[in-house]
Parts: sequence; structure tokens; C-alpha cells
Amino acid sequence: MTTWPILSITTFLPLFGAALVYLLARGSDEAAARNARWIALWVTLVTFGISVILVLQFDPSSTEFQFVEQYPWIAQTVVYHMGVDGISLPFVILTTALMPICIIASWKAITLRVPEYMMAFLVLETLMVGTFTALDLVLFYLFFEGGLIPMFLIIGVWGGPRRVYASFKFFLYTLLGSVLMLLAIMALYWNAGTTDIPTLMRTAVPRGMQTWAWLAFFASFAVKMPMWPVHTWLPDAHVEAPTAGSVILAAILLKMGGYGFLRFSLPMFPLASHDFAPLIFTLSVIAVVYTSLVALMQEDVKKLIAYSSVAHMGFVTMGIFAGTVQGVAGGVFQMISHGIVSGALFLCVGVIYDRMHTRDIDAYGGLVNRMPLYAFAFMVFTMANVGLPGTSGFVGEFLTLIGTFKVNIPTATLATLGVILSAAYALWLYGRVVFGVLAKASLAGIKDLTAREVLTLGPLVALTLLFGFYPKPVLDISAASVQQLVDNYSHAVTAVKTAALAQ
Amino acid sequence: MMSQVAGYLLLPVLPEIFLSGMAMLLLLIGAYLGANVTRLILGLSIFTLVCTAAIILLLPAGRVETFGGSFVLDDFAKFLKVLALAGSAVTLLLSIEFLEVESRRIFEYAILVMLSSVGMMVLISAGDLILLYLGLELMSLALYVVAASDRDNGKSTEAGLKYFVLGALSSGMLLYGASLIYGFTGTVGFAGIAAAATQGSIGLVFGLVFLLAGLCFKVSAVPFHMWTPDVYEGAPTPITAFFASAPKVAAMAVFTRVALTAFPGITPQWQQVVVFVSIASMVLGSFAAIGQSNIKRLMAYSSIGHMGFALVGLAAGTVEGAQGVLTYVTIYVTMTLGTFAIILAMKRNGVAVEQLSDFAGLSQTNPTLAFFMAALLFSLAGIPPLAGFFAKYYVFIAAIKAGLFTLAVIGVVASVVGAYYYLYIIKLMYFDEPAGAVEPMRVELRAVLAATGVFNILYVFHPAPLVSAAMTAAKSLF
Repeated sequence: MTTWPILSITTFLPLFGAALVYLLARGSDEAAARNARWIALWVTLVTFGISVILVLQFDPSSTEFQFVEQYPWIAQTVVYHMGVDGISLPFVILTTALMPICIIASWKAITLRVPEYMMAFLVLETLMVGTFTALDLVLFYLFFEGGLIPMFLIIGVWGGPRRVYASFKFFLYTLLGSVLMLLAIMALYWNAGTTDIPTLMRTAVPRGMQTWAWLAFFASFAVKMPMWPVHTWLPDAHVEAPTAGSVILAAILLKMGGYGFLRFSLPMFPLASHDFAPLIFTLSVIAVVYTSLVALMQEDVKKLIAYSSVAHMGFVTMGIFAGTVQGVAGGVFQMISHGIVSGALFLCVGVIYDRMHTRDIDAYGGLVNRMPLYAFAFMVFTMANVGLPGTSGFVGEFLTLIGTFKVNIPTATLATLGVILSAAYALWLYGRVVFGVLAKASLAGIKDLTAREVLTLGPLVALTLLFGFYPKPVLDISAASVQQLVDNYSHAVTAVKTAALAQ
Repeated sequence: MMSQVAGYLLLPVLPEIFLSGMAMLLLLIGAYLGANVTRLILGLSIFTLVCTAAIILLLPAGRVETFGGSFVLDDFAKFLKVLALAGSAVTLLLSIEFLEVESRRIFEYAILVMLSSVGMMVLISAGDLILLYLGLELMSLALYVVAASDRDNGKSTEAGLKYFVLGALSSGMLLYGASLIYGFTGTVGFAGIAAAATQGSIGLVFGLVFLLAGLCFKVSAVPFHMWTPDVYEGAPTPITAFFASAPKVAAMAVFTRVALTAFPGITPQWQQVVVFVSIASMVLGSFAAIGQSNIKRLMAYSSIGHMGFALVGLAAGTVEGAQGVLTYVTIYVTMTLGTFAIILAMKRNGVAVEQLSDFAGLSQTNPTLAFFMAALLFSLAGIPPLAGFFAKYYVFIAAIKAGLFTLAVIGVVASVVGAYYYLYIIKLMYFDEPAGAVEPMRVELRAVLAATGVFNILYVFHPAPLVSAAMTAAKSLF
């Protein structure tokens, strides 16, 4: 165990980087922009480096929280408490790994107010990492909600034509869900006398309160996830956000919802989770089938991928609330995989958008003729999005489906149909954009990937294929924690059932 | 003993005596030296207010009563008096520019603010209904005059008159309520009332409602808020900043003290009134602000909403609730004063601009100003990790403990609606094209903005001192 506060450093280093940008890259000239880019890149790389130390020193066999830090904060009962376990660590790494890629992806695409842009991203990174490492509910809420501020600015300042509408919708929608969760956090505080997450996970919450608290947390996480029918902010936000903003939104911010279900709903309110599982299954299946059908109708590349995100998150919620080892582990894996794949897909859209400044599917066609490298990378991610065996997308979908089959066969059957639909829209998109004859005059001079773009997409291609053939690293890290989570959940549920039978 | 005169302990009233004595002294100096001493008087007034706060902090700890229980000095009173004095001192700082104009070189301005502060201090320490009324009137009379202090401006005069007429009406209601309470309990002292009012007879409840109506007027809670937007818009901007800060602190203090110490026996009776007023204020404050185009009017609705949130804590009627009110009011004062420092800085070509559209593109022309404004607005909206979040956190956690779930849910939903118009200003500043740079900020405005802005941004790193001070203060009421 290290003696230095490694988690706090990982969390707050980007914030420090934002301060550096503020101090060293003032003004709006080219020099300031260059400084801001390099500072942001270095800070995110160093942060990633430190988070790799976390993985190396992490003990995957332990179910305890590791790298724990505790300092006095608001009061004796609300303290600064940080730590990671097998469920949160993959998300921390996903965040720190994607940030440098986002910075590189914005290198040329963002020319306006670059220092502010980099500061917003660095602040956002601190808040995202903090969300996954906080072990106190109030601290968690602080990071969780605080993330709205930089994202609001990123969409609103650097977004597309309807950015104002999209940013307001994103902010207010998410805020409305979260404030209800805040009230539930307060109720939990008065119930247990603390907001310490590990303590609360061991504290039994009265049945009646579980229902209400579960609903309040659900309000927040369902919006964040997003689940049908509260997903409508997502296509707007995705379409209007700049490329890197879409990447972060799809890859990290959506995962906060799933992480919340895993960290709070299932362990703290097992009985309510069990009671509400049919609701979740229904919403998940609708999400998988309905949003896939909606995706088929889209004219806008980004919107199509946004709807496909909603569909894929449907698999995650379904797997999590199946409450089986396969389902939960699959949920975690699917989130990590979707983080990589959807992030990469948005980067792919960014590549052609930077060249043509349009996201209309009709404006493209036959790109393979002039952009073979691009066609390859896009193909890998499309296949992963479809869930083709050999890509990371397959493992996650397969595990969640197996996990759900054990509990609820109709749900799993219908969700499997969704896989076919996802193949339909993903292949249709790929075919229309990449294949065919390069007939459009505007595309005649289009260039293939630059070195910088290869640098952003290359690692993601490698990871997609690696986790497709060898998913062990992610599954191993989370195995012990998932096992414990499922054990505690099924124990709580069976205890109530036996008690009911005994009467 | 030195501090006893005619059998009355004078030490607890020392700050009030000092402040009123200094106010009269400065009035004499001003009268003898003429109008060109405005700056000197202003400086000395700020110094006096700071000294008074220091004296309060040096007074011995614990609860002391004097004048037969009329005047109470406890941790609660000390906490709020220091806050109110700080609010007044900062207001005077913000007024320096206003008083520089030839026609407005009125040194009485600072003295009126000091006298109003004496009123607030008396109000905060009031231990019976008579002193409550005295303090309230001393505070309000000075406020009526300063509201109209821009003599050549029709709007300012109108604001002063409106405030006076409606204020007199509310004083009447308050007095009527006080007389009913006296009639049904036989005493005016809060302790005596508490002992007598164990079950709410219809007459007592009537008196209570009238008393609360008078107090609601002073904190500008719905349905007694009508004067607020007009007075806020019409009064000179530094005065608006004053209205929004120190008097609100004092009125909120006396509201809390009366409810918790004079009527603990009939808590359900006043609780339902406070719950209603709180919900109405939060909802109206959130919805009505959306349509505003003048920043001062918007701030008026914002302050109505914020008073509704502060009353959520009072509605809980517990020690946590009182702590929540104190924390809320403290953070609210810093947010408001910071925002008004920015509103005062909004000048183009020497003319103050106060339309929302004047904020457009401020992030490109005046980045630092826009950054602080955005931080304060996010704080006003209650978004973590800014201080405004903690303010809301403490009142709502008290409401949840007291089981007021409906109030809490309506409150947080109203806060989401309210977030819309704060975001709208941020949208104007950050997303829209510039409407031209505003003039560089004056140094005193910079100082106020830096202090309040940094407080709101960095509060999250060290929240414990304010929370524990508020807890100590709240406990002295129980």
C-alpha cells in the first residue's frame, strides 16, 4: 500500500492542470492556444500514468475498498472519504485513458477560446474521476452534479447550431433527476446517521423507505443512463456537442448512471431492487427494441449513434437488475466496452465532420475509395457496436443476456431480437457512408486519416479487439467485487422470502 | 459594577450604544463641516461598523438578558449581528461611487445606514414584542429614506414612497397581531408567551398569523412580496444591494427567534403558515423570474425565492432547521452582495446598464467578471460544488428530518425551475455574441467581488467552521 494519497492525486491533478492553463495560457492568441493544448495533454497523460499505478497495485482478490483516504470535512458524519473497488476502478481507468484522446481529438477541431475549452475538460475530468472514487454520499453528489457545469459550457459554447436548446435540456433534465436523489441521500443520512457509503452498504434500510429511496435514486440514474422514456435529452446533447464532448458524454457520463445502480441501488436497497426489477426489464427491453427502431430512421450520423447508445445501455440495466453474477459482470463489461466503442464511433464521426462539416448520412458514400484506413477503423467499431464475436461488444451483450436468461426468459428473448436490429442500423449506416461508389463531387478530394487521428483511433481499435478476444483483464479486476455484490443481494432477497414463507 | 446603570446591565447593549453614539457624532461632524465630507463620513461609518462587529465578538460568551428580558444577547444574536453589520459595511463600500455624483453628495446616507443597522441589531436581540417593534421601525424608517435618496430620480422617489406606504401597512398588521397576542397571553415577553401559549386558542392563533404576516412582509415572502420588484428596480443599485442583504438577515433572525422561542408550544400552528409561505415563495420566485428582462427585478424575484428556501429550514422547527436558516442566510448574503457588485460594475460610456441583454458576450469582453458572475449564478442556483449548494443542503436536510417531504420535494423542484433563469444569464454571457465591453471595475467593487466570489468557489474545501458556528448559534435558541 502506498502512503501517498494516490486517489486524491488522480482526482485533483486535472483541476490543478486547469489552474495551470488559467495561469500560463491567457489571452486569445495562437501562443496561448498552443500552450493550453500542450498543458492539457500533458496533465491528462500524467493523470493516466498515475491511474495505471492504481491498476498495478490493486489487489483484485480483495472485496474491500482500496487506496482508502479519510479526512475530516463537513462534520464527523460527513467526511472526505475516497476509495476504489473492482467495480469503480475500471471506470476510473476508462476516464483517465479517454481524456488524452479527447484532448488530441480537439487539437485542430477547436480553434475558438482554446484555453477555456481545455480548462472545462480538465475540470470535468476531476469531477468524473471523483464521482467514481467518492465513498461518501455527499461527496459523490458533489462530483456527480458538479459535472453538469463544465458539460453545460462545453455544449453551449463550442456546440452546433442548436447548442443553447441542447445544453439547457441536458442541464435541467439531469438536475431534476438528481435533486430527488439528494433528498433520498438526506433521508438515508437520518436513517443511518452517516453518509459513508461502505457503512450504508452494510446498514439495512427499512422496507418502506427502500421503495422511496430506490425511486429517488432511480430518477437520477435513469436520466443519466439514460433509460427510455427519459432519454430524449441525449440525442440533442450528442448532436450539438463538439466531438470530444460527445465522446465524454457517451463514454463516461452515461456510465455514471450504471455505476450508481451498481453502487447504490443494488447494495443499499436490495428488496426494492428486486421488487422493481420487472419495471427495469420492461424499460430495458423497450429501450433495446424501440430506440433501435428509432435509430434506423435517423438521417444524422451522430443522432443514430446516440440512439444506439440508449439501446446498448438497455442491455446494461437489464444485466444489472438480473442480479446474477453473469448479468452484473456483463453490465460492468458492457459499460467499459461501450465506453470505448461509442467514444470511438463519435471520434469517427468527428473525423468526417471536420472534413465536410455535415453530419447528414446522405452527404457521404463510397469513402472506402479514398479513406481505407478510416474505413477499417470505422468497420471495427461498427462490428463492436453490432456485437460481433471477437469484439468487446459481443462479450458484454452475451454476458448480460445469459445473466438475464437465468431470471427472466421473455426479457432476454426480446432483448436478443434487439441485437438483430442493432446489426441492421449499424451496418446500414456503415454501408451508406463507407461503401458504394464515390459519386459526390464534394467528397472527391477527401483525405484519409492523419497521423493525429490514427493516434486517437489506433489505441481504441486495439482495445476493442483485445477485449473481444481476451476480456479477462476487466472481468478479473471486477470479479471479487461483483461476486460480493451479487451474494449480498441474493442473500437479502432470499432472507425476506424465507421469512415470508415461515409465517 | 461599571456596566450597570440604574440596575440595568449595559454590557450586552454596548455595541448598539457605540454604534448609535457614533452615528450621532458623525451626524454632528457632517452638519458642521458641510457636504464635502461625504467620503470622510462614509469611511468612518465603515470603520465604525467593523468596530461594532469586533465589540460583539469580544463580548463574553453565553446567554445574557437585560432590561428585564427585553434584550437578549446569545450566540444566535451575535452570529446574525456580525453578519448584518458585514452586510451594511459592504453596502457602504458599494455606495462609494453612487455618492460621488454632485447631486447625491449626502453624508446622511451613511448615517442612515448606520441607524438602520442599529435597528437590525435591536431586532435581532429582541426578547419581547415591544423591542421587536422598536427595532423593526428603526430599521425600516431609515430604509424608507435611503430608498428615496436619489432625489432627482422619479423612480427612486416612487420606490421610497411605495416601500413606506406598504411598510406602514405591514407594521400595522404586526402591531395588531402583537396586541392580540398580548391580550390572549397577558405578556409581551417571548418567554412569557411561550409559557402561556401551550394550546393555541383561536385569538392567539389570529394574533400569530398577523404577526407572521408583518414579518413575511419584511423578508418579502409570498404573499407579502408585492413591493419587492418595484422597490428593487426603482431604488439606486447600492441601496438595492442593501435591501437584499442586511435587512433580510435581521428580519429572518427575528422570524426565527419569534417562532422558535415564543411559540414552541404551538409549533403546528405556525408551521403550517411557514410551510405555505415557503412553498409559495419558492414557486413564485422561480417562475416569475423567468419573464424578467431587468437584472434588478430578476434579483428581486430571486431574493423572494431564496427567502422561501431559508424558510424551509424554519418550517422544520428544529435545531437543525435553525442551523440551516443561519447557514442559508450567511451564504445568501455573500452571493447577493457579490452579484450586486457585478451589477454595479455594468457600465458602458459612464451609464449604468441593467438589462439582461447587456450581459451578452461578457465572457469575451470581460472574462474575469463573467467568470465570477457565472460562479455566483451557479451558486445562487444551488449547483454543487459551490457554496449555494450547501445552503440548500442544510435547510432541506432539516426538512427531511422533520418529515416535511412534500415541502422538500416541491422545494427542490422549484430550485430546478429557478436554475433556468440563472442559466439564462450564463447563456447570455458565454454563448452569445458580445454587446461591447463594460468599463473596468472600480477597486472597491473588485474587492467585494473577489471576496464573495472566492468564498463561494472555495467554500467546499473548508465548510466546517461556518457549519459549526451556525450550530452553536442555533443551539442557543433551544
